[in-house]
Amino acid sequence: MSDEISQRVVGDLIEGGIDFVTTVPCKQLAGVIDELDKSDQIHHVPSNKEDEGMGLCAGAFMGGKAPCIIMQNTALGVTINTLATLIQFYQIPLPMLISFRGELGEPVACQVEMAIHTKPLLQQLGIPTFHFHKREDVEELPEILKYTQMCSKPTAILTDATFWRGVL
Amino acid sequence: MNRSEVFKSIVPVITDELVICNIGLPSQELHMLDDQPTNFYMLGTMGLCSSIGLGLAMAQREKVVAIDGDGSILTNFGSLPTIANNVVDNFVLLIIDNGSYGSTGDQPTYTGKKTSLAKVAEACGCDNVIECKAEETADVLKAALGSDKMTIIVCKCESGNIPVPNITIPPVVIRDRFMTEVEKRNR
Repeated sequence: MSDEISQRVVGDLIEGGIDFVTTVPCKQLAGVIDELDKSDQIHHVPSNKEDEGMGLCAGAFMGGKAPCIIMQNTALGVTINTLATLIQFYQIPLPMLISFRGELGEPVACQVEMAIHTKPLLQQLGIPTFHFHKREDVEELPEILKYTQMCSKPTAILTDATFWRGVL
Repeated sequence: MNRSEVFKSIVPVITDELVICNIGLPSQELHMLDDQPTNFYMLGTMGLCSSIGLGLAMAQREKVVAIDGDGSILTNFGSLPTIANNVVDNFVLLIIDNGSYGSTGDQPTYTGKKTSLAKVAEACGCDNVIECKAEETADVLKAALGSDKMTIIVCKCESGNIPVPNITIPPVVIRDRFMTEVEKRNR
C-alpha cells in the first residue's frame, strides 16, 4: 500500500533531516511505513511498544541521528512517563507523527475513548501539538520539523483519517 | 558478590567505554565509583536502558555497554526481540541479575525464581548470550568488548545494597557531556 500523501510525508521527513524512525503500526499508517522501508536514507526500526521506541530514539539522538517516532494516539497512554522523564527531562527533540484514531470516519467505537483524552493529555504535558485534518495541512510538516529541533522538545502531529484518505 | 561489588569489579573495564546505566541505585553506584562523561545516567524511565543503548549503538560506530537489571528487563521484555533482530556488533548488553528490585527495597523478581533471562534472550533470537557468575563478570565483559560481536551477558549476583548519594548533575548536563564525548570519538 503506497500513495502520494505517504510519499510526501516521508519525503518531507528526509528533507527535514530525519534519518532514524521507529514505528508501531496502525492501519492508518500502513502506507507511510511502507514508504519508510523503501527509503535508504532513513534507518527504520520497528519497535514492540512505543515507550521502547522512544528509548531507541533517545539513544539514536545521542549518537548523532535525528529521530522521529510514528505511532497511534492510543499509545500516548503508554508513553507518558517516558515523555516526561526521558524526552522532556533530557531535552530531546522528537517529532511524533501520530495517527489520530477515533475522529470523524472512525468505524471502531473503542478508538473514541482514547481520542477524547489525546489533546488534553498532550496539553497537560505541555507538548506543542499540530493537527492535520486535510491533505493540504501537510504543507506545515517541514516547518514543524524545524520547530522541533529549534526547541528541543517532543512535538505531536495528529493526523486524521481524512488527512490520509483525502476524503471523509 | 552483590551488584555494587560487581560494579567495583567492572569499573576498570568500562571506565573508557560509552555506558548507558540503568535507573536508580545502579546509576548512583557507578556515579559514586567512577563518574565519567562517557556515562549516561538514567534518572528516570524504568525499563528503557537496553533500548537507549541499542539506539545509540545503531546510530554511531563506537562500542556501547548498556548496564541493565533484571527488574528493568522484565519491565521492557519487548526490547529483547528488537535487539535480536537488529544486530549491531558494537553493542553489549550487561544484565546484572540480582533477582530483586534493588532500588525499591529488594522485593524479589521472577528471575530469582523460575524465569531465566538467558533462556528468554535466546528464545527471542539473540546470539552470543552468556550467563556468568558475578565473580566472572569483568572477564566476560572484557572478552565481549574484544569480540566485535553483539553480546548479551546475564550476570547472576546476590541482592543487597549499599548507601549511595543521589546524582545531582542536571539531566541536560549529563546528556550534553555524554554527546560531546560520543561526537569526539566518532570524528
